Amino acid sequence: MLADASPSSTQQRTDPIRVLIAKPGLDGHDRGAKVLVRALRDAGFEVVYTGLFQTPEMIANAALQEDVDVIGLSILSGAHMALFPRIMEELKGRGIEALVIAGGTIPDEDIETVRGLGVSGIFGPGTPFQTIIDFIRANAPAREDEL
Amino acid sequence: MGLLDRLAAGEVPALARLATYVENGHPLGTEAIERLYPQTGQALVIGITGPPGAGKSTLINGLIDEWRSRHIRVAVIAVDPTSPLSGGATLGDRIRIRERADDTGVFIRSMASRGRRGGLAPATASMIHLLDAAGFDRILVETVGVGQEEIDITSLTHLTVLLQIPGSGDGVQALKAGLLEMADIFVVNKADLPGAELLARELSGIAALTSSLQPAGDAGAKVIRVSATKGDGIDKLVDEIERIGSRVQASPGKHADRIARAELTALVTERVRRRILEQTASDSGIDQVVADVAERRTTPRRAAEQVLGSLSR
Repeated sequence: MLADASPSSTQQRTDPIRVLIAKPGLDGHDRGAKVLVRALRDAGFEVVYTGLFQTPEMIANAALQEDVDVIGLSILSGAHMALFPRIMEELKGRGIEALVIAGGTIPDEDIETVRGLGVSGIFGPGTPFQTIIDFIRANAPAREDEL
Repeated sequence: MGLLDRLAAGEVPALARLATYVENGHPLGTEAIERLYPQTGQALVIGITGPPGAGKSTLINGLIDEWRSRHIRVAVIAVDPTSPLSGGATLGDRIRIRERADDTGVFIRSMASRGRRGGLAPATASMIHLLDAAGFDRILVETVGVGQEEIDITSLTHLTVLLQIPGSGDGVQALKAGLLEMADIFVVNKADLPGAELLARELSGIAALTSSLQPAGDAGAKVIRVSATKGDGIDKLVDEIERIGSRVQASPGKHADRIARAELTALVTERVRRRILEQTASDSGIDQVVADVAERRTTPRRAAEQVLGSLSR
């Protein structure tokens, strides 16, 4: 997964990568999310944390206003198959092109479906932080705009 | 369509992307502000400052509700500290500010301080201009959690609200110079906690003393007791902000001049600082001067004169 970095990564970026870490739905367990926020901060990223109990609309709104490069969804409630399609729909509806990754308890049999929704990286329990950091560095999208 | 046209059409994604370019000092951001600046100067800019954990973000959440009920558009810039070790940052202010996904009258943007001290980020002034050009009526600037001396915020805003909470020091703290003298409104947050009454009295005391040092006609800062989580007192705070805001509108030139002067001074100082750092970075002679100081062959002051002398050539 790490080897096939997207073309955008060839361009060296100097601005901090901005990441949104979100806790969707009725899931009160955010120790993992908080530890990841800390690890990404220590990797030099700017990390926006939403807090608990976020609806798909709230997550998409925060991602839009913060113009983040990466959206990390942390979910341990088992409701990913209900929530992820709605989150991806809300992101798409707002034209958000950020890299979406997910972590938490996502069973093996769901991984292909979740990936099919547009969640590019799925990181289960025990994933070393460096794996996630390297994945973000390699795959954070490049921006091209004109005034 | 370009970002500026999309901004003029009220497209939030364009505003958010421009904010990124402005924050990064990207040429597109610089050019955008060049083009937008003439149409700014419409918004009332309010600083929200206070120590960590005083309830700044929670208070802002309440202020947004109150202003939205009055059909006023609100933007928030929330600054949190950048790690001096890694360059990364945890931006956590949104946790306390409810997402209002269906309301385009509210825009919240987190900024990392990116090496600047004083409670703000390097691009905060430019970000204010961008949000002003985007048509927000009120722009709230939340500083990082500050101590006694981070007064930078007061030079960028029309007025500054300072939050204090009970139980964080005795009356002598209130005698100290610095931020306390610069606030336009004192908020005693968590006013349901023991000690709130005493704190409010002490702050009223400073407000009275400080105003006696000001030119006549300045009534001094009001003290407002609030419970931000319960929403108590927020309406009174908004009334007071609006009262000061109408005074600002009555003499707009005075404030525009003060803010422009501060921003200009900061920009020139920063340019000069950067130029000196760049020049000295490529000057191998500096290492010798540093060694001379470290080994006590010269004094820091004399060495500084020597370095400056070599630059002006």
